[in-house]
Amino acid sequence: MKNRLINFARKYPIVFILAVCIIFFSASSPVFLSSQNLTNILLQVSIIGIISIGMTLILINANIDLSVGSILAFSAALAMGLQTYGLFFSIIACLAVGTLIGALNGFLVAKAKINSFIVTLGAMMGVRGLVYIYTQERPIVGTERALIDFGSSSVGPIPVIALIFVLMLIAAELVLRYTTHGRNAIAVGGNYEAAENAGIKVERHVLFNFMFIGFTAALAGLLLVSRTNSATAFLGTNYELMVISAVVLGGTKLTGGYGSMLNTFGGVLVIGMIQNGMNLLNVHAYYSMLIMGLILILVVFIDTRFKAPVNI
Amino acid sequence: MGNQNDVILEMKNISRSFPGVKALNQVNLEIKKGEVLALVGENGAGKSTLMKVLAGVYSRDEGEIIYQGKSVSYHNPLEAKEDGIIIIFQELNLVSELTVAENIFLGTMPTKRFGIIDRKKIKEEARRALNELECDYDENAIVGSLSLARQQMVEIARALVHRANIVILDEPTASLTGHDKEILFRNIRRLKEQGTAIVYISHKMEEIFEISDRITVLRDGEKTGTLVTAETNRNEVTQKMIGRDLDEFYEKASTKFGEEVLRVENLTRKDEFSDISFSIRKGEVLGLYGLVGAGRSEVAETIFGIRPSSSGKIYINGQEKRILNSRSAVSLGIGFVPESRKEQGLVLGMSCKENQSLANIRYLQKFGFIQEREVSRSFQEYQDKLSISCAGPGQPVVNLSGGNQQKIVIAKWLSVNPAILILDEPTRGIDVGSKAEIHKLIARMAEAGMAILVISSEMPEIMGISHRILTIHQGSISGEFSGEEITESNLIHAITNLSVDAC
Repeated sequence: MKNRLINFARKYPIVFILAVCIIFFSASSPVFLSSQNLTNILLQVSIIGIISIGMTLILINANIDLSVGSILAFSAALAMGLQTYGLFFSIIACLAVGTLIGALNGFLVAKAKINSFIVTLGAMMGVRGLVYIYTQERPIVGTERALIDFGSSSVGPIPVIALIFVLMLIAAELVLRYTTHGRNAIAVGGNYEAAENAGIKVERHVLFNFMFIGFTAALAGLLLVSRTNSATAFLGTNYELMVISAVVLGGTKLTGGYGSMLNTFGGVLVIGMIQNGMNLLNVHAYYSMLIMGLILILVVFIDTRFKAPVNI
Repeated sequence: MGNQNDVILEMKNISRSFPGVKALNQVNLEIKKGEVLALVGENGAGKSTLMKVLAGVYSRDEGEIIYQGKSVSYHNPLEAKEDGIIIIFQELNLVSELTVAENIFLGTMPTKRFGIIDRKKIKEEARRALNELECDYDENAIVGSLSLARQQMVEIARALVHRANIVILDEPTASLTGHDKEILFRNIRRLKEQGTAIVYISHKMEEIFEISDRITVLRDGEKTGTLVTAETNRNEVTQKMIGRDLDEFYEKASTKFGEEVLRVENLTRKDEFSDISFSIRKGEVLGLYGLVGAGRSEVAETIFGIRPSSSGKIYINGQEKRILNSRSAVSLGIGFVPESRKEQGLVLGMSCKENQSLANIRYLQKFGFIQEREVSRSFQEYQDKLSISCAGPGQPVVNLSGGNQQKIVIAKWLSVNPAILILDEPTRGIDVGSKAEIHKLIARMAEAGMAILVISSEMPEIMGISHRILTIHQGSISGEFSGEEITESNLIHAITNLSVDAC
């Protein structure tokens, strides 16, 4: 029994961490486990969570995307600023531009074979520059009531944004597990050369995943401003770090070839719970950043140290 | 010799298992001062594993190592090195960005005050070692810019500087030409005169008989005997290595050939090979034989589209085709079992069935969803056909033995039923049993009408399975042999004779 428990914790460390978080915070704060607060956590993590879905695919491919925070900001600014041309147009433009930036990243990584860290580091700075140029560092406020009505609506007790996140996550898990695209993602990240030799269209695959993460970043941006009705130049700053942390906490490897959406969900929840719990305990946000950083390193250390050994 | 006092190192009852394989089983080994002990055996017999256990790369499951009268147990090669045991791996352990002298002292740099490296001393001692080894190149040269043979000499210089008692050379001539081999042998003899014991791992008979004093033979992880070189002959050693006659070991496909499937004309890739022309018919096994570095794998990878060709034409079923990448090769009906299955063939993190279905997954899906049941069924079909032993379709391939891994790579291609199958060193690092099975499989695939191109550096293998053999030397075809012309001396002549002249 004890061994089985240890094995389970080794295999799904995120479940274990999640349990520790829940026990700790529910013991220190009576409101933590209230349905109101749990819904709150889910809502808070939805934005980062949606991008994490794209990031999981990217990391499984053994790539990385640092530009998601900037893409989010740019798309959000467009979604607000272009509302003068109609709400529908602004939404399409917002999502299309995000996907397009992703396509550009993907093209440079897949076809031009430039390291994804470098490509997206460049995009992160470049797109943030576009945000400053477009917003002139002034917040852009939306004019369409419909968007903010949508953003603050709920289906039953569940906020619509959280619902979108959860549905997307389930769909992505299905894609990862049961479709050729998911299988190819693992093959490409596990052994690029072998995947290519087997006839898999690796370049198209990688390009697609970058387009998809661009789309998720834009969608996240759209949903974010659908609640605040205002886009600033600093929106989404550090989101790439939060997203990557969440995915890695979930157990997806930066070296590629392994990962799961459900684990990512766990990682996203842990980040949300720590933020929320610290808040309930009146710990200043600065400290929660510090603690999250420490936890991330600790978890990855434990993971590499105690992972069931693999003989090659 | 034979005096017990000469024994500098003794390994007793060494066993070591890896998941799925017993790599070493109760092996005993004695190394004497100032001798060259050849450690021979087929690929996968456990030669390298035994030496890696000695040097602390692998731990041992049981057994004892007695070195200079003391029981020792090293945790890594560095500890062994400090004790005077140096192992030179097949894959060289050099930092290619550093100079020759720096590499020789890597990890043991002499320092002056404040930890500053004593450059003068490093250079002087490195120079002395290189002079002793008759190496005329600069100790300040960057290692990465040197040829493979010279890099190897740097490792040997390292052994010299550290006054090693035992130097282990793991297949040192695998990538050396005739001339470089002579230099290596001269240096081995020099070390021997100084009282250093040399363990020489190889499966090349000529070399073993040229350089060694005694021969220890391993087969399937067990020691099958130790022979004094002067008192034995090749047949006896081969017998101990293989444990049965070569004839029953190889199976040739029947010689009913169909029409021509693949024709290559004047295929050239700058600096690698030039003017390669040949054709293969349905049901034929064509062997491509040559030294490592002669361009064999490069030819295969060019036909498969991994490397672009500079010029030349490829015809498939009589029609000229341009093969731009591996995907177009696959769609033209070419399959490729690469030389390094872990780097180019398998996705190690995936299961058996996932790897097996990697190439034909597009036929096992509906609307993008994988038909898991079909995948498992297909895997089981090939598991039976190829007698792949694994715990189940879902077992990760990492834990399989080399032979079973290779069968999965082959099964991957069989499932797309290619017209042409290229196999690059199909039995490298595979135990003898699986090896014979793979040879049989190649024969069966040819009989089923596949055109097969096999590359191998093992002469008995290439002679045993091919209908026709092309020899390749320094990027050009140097001979073509079929039927009675396929003899050991013809092949050796075609791949080496020229190389001695060229040096």
